[in-house]
Amino acid sequence: MNVVLAKSETRQAVSDVFASVRDRLPGAGKAAETRTQAFEAFERAGLPHRRLEDWKYTDLRALMREVLPLAAVPDANALNRAEAALAALPEVDGSRLVLVDGAFAPALSKLAGLEAGVHVQTLREALKDGRNAELLSNGTEPGAMIALNAAMATDGALVTVADGKALTKPIHIVHVATRASAASYTRSFLKIGKAARATLLESFVAADGAKSYQVNDAVSISVGDDAHLQHVRLMADSADATNITTVIFTIGAKVRLTTFNMTSGGGLSRYQGHLTFAGEGAEVNANGVNLLNGRQHADTTLFLDHAVPHCMSREVFRSVLDDRAHSVFQGRIIVRPDAQKTDAKMMTRALLLSDEAEADNKPELEIFADDVTCGHGATTGALDESLLFYLRARGLSEKEAQALLIQAFVGEAIETIASDDLREVAIATAQRWLEVRG
Amino acid sequence: MALLEVKDLQVRVDEREILHGLSLTVNEGEIHAIMGPNGSGKSTLSHVIAGKPGYEVTGGEILFKGDDLLEMAPDERAAKGVFLAFQYPVEIPGVVTMNFLRTAYNAQRKARGETELMAPEFLKKVREVAKRLSIPQDMLKRGVNVGFSGGEKKRNEILQMALFEPSLCILDEMDSGLDIDALRIAADGVNALRAPDRAIVVITHYQRLLNYIVPDVVHVMSKGRVVKSGGKELALELEASGYAQFDDAA
Repeated sequence: MNVVLAKSETRQAVSDVFASVRDRLPGAGKAAETRTQAFEAFERAGLPHRRLEDWKYTDLRALMREVLPLAAVPDANALNRAEAALAALPEVDGSRLVLVDGAFAPALSKLAGLEAGVHVQTLREALKDGRNAELLSNGTEPGAMIALNAAMATDGALVTVADGKALTKPIHIVHVATRASAASYTRSFLKIGKAARATLLESFVAADGAKSYQVNDAVSISVGDDAHLQHVRLMADSADATNITTVIFTIGAKVRLTTFNMTSGGGLSRYQGHLTFAGEGAEVNANGVNLLNGRQHADTTLFLDHAVPHCMSREVFRSVLDDRAHSVFQGRIIVRPDAQKTDAKMMTRALLLSDEAEADNKPELEIFADDVTCGHGATTGALDESLLFYLRARGLSEKEAQALLIQAFVGEAIETIASDDLREVAIATAQRWLEVRG
Repeated sequence: MALLEVKDLQVRVDEREILHGLSLTVNEGEIHAIMGPNGSGKSTLSHVIAGKPGYEVTGGEILFKGDDLLEMAPDERAAKGVFLAFQYPVEIPGVVTMNFLRTAYNAQRKARGETELMAPEFLKKVREVAKRLSIPQDMLKRGVNVGFSGGEKKRNEILQMALFEPSLCILDEMDSGLDIDALRIAADGVNALRAPDRAIVVITHYQRLLNYIVPDVVHVMSKGRVVKSGGKELALELEASGYAQFDDAA
């Protein structure tokens, strides 16, 4: 073991950060102990690096380098800038929870219209007096970044939807960053009761003045038997920001889950999803789109654990890469020995708009059952010249023709969002990316 | 008035010269047929007029309404009134036909400094033309040419031609892959577009199409040149005697 490496400057700085903010972090007693343990787990591992198979393409030691100090509690000025950023978002009818620099902002949230059967609490409240320390535990989920999240989480949303409740409007959680060179850590929980229906939208945006910041978010989503959930996440952090997000799904029997992630922001990002099938007969669509340019690096790593029989999963992933952008898709599927009749398919396609863009695809299928249907496919290519010429011969400019083909390319993944409102929001986000591209 | 003037055009593809000094003049109101065997350069000519990349013009010029066509991007040519009906119309999955038609139509109008047409107005216009061409409405909701039969693809080309109202229509092997009924519908669509300020150039291998679209002028191409021009009777003559007689001339 290299002792010098184990005590690198980076990790020294992190322990200083943790020590200096401990009194700001909610939860005493047991909760505080859990934080310390989580931090120690992070310290032992340090930032993930390329020698870890799972982080091969996204070496945080090289790309992220350091853990920034915790963002200050938002003041009036920060909240004003956050409000302006919220106003620029597409209108979504429904309730809204806003977290500014990792702190719940009641004045910017819209909770008055919460439907019956929905209960919302903040993480800060839940951890009061050292209660609910298990909210900071990561269970069997390893990983340094989620451990760091447990150690540093300042706030988050705890949302429960009662059994049998069919919500008619989406619940929207918005993360707004307002600071420069600071980090925020949020940790949220969504519990969908049996046979309930719900839609969750998560957005990440930057306010004017936010720069080179870090976001570390962890979300735990459990979906009860027979429930339906649509989950849409739109990450549009500033192009110099880092966003590391872990989402852990546990889904019951006969669940219908569609989860869709669009990454158009962030200079460095990792979206890691970990989904466990806990009941038979569930169907999951886990889809995503990356729209990247400049030197953006976006990593999507999905792990689907088919632990029980008769479940279906579909993964459709599209990335559009311009300039020197780098997209990573790692899709791992495990089919456990008992999980007969599993039907799992994964398809990823990358569209390269520049010679210097890079797409890495790593499908991993580990199948231990013998009566299953599993498959994966991956393609990487440029826009089809013959299609471009056809469109131009009909009067579209080069940019218009490209935009139309790019929209069609990502459309295959966006179309899987069943909610008309959220699909429109996702389409609008993609269109804005294309317009900014010029 | 001359709409299209091709003068001594020389074109190369991958270092190989395909057109060796081709000249052709098409006046407003006329229908021209360009005939010739495979490899004579017919499709190359249509591609160069439309502005397809990959062709190197090494000599000559093309004037359209007196302007240098070769200086213009493909979309500028379209906005100015050049329309190529493709021999093999491409399939564009994920781009709904109606959306494509409106985007293209308005892009051309915008380029000409005209106001864009709003969706309901445009929809009405498309429906009228589609009906005339026996194009089912549900075809307009599908991806461009995706799952279309050969005949449907060609009709979709004619539909666009009718909507965009170009001054120069070039039909590249419109009859390929069409049965006789499909051919008649497509030909009727083309004939409906005959107008004093519009010219139509029909590129075809066989005389058959010219029974339905009757040309004013017939050109015979061989080995990258126009080797003979004449009236519609020239097409019948070719049908009887074949292209071999022109090989020596070229």
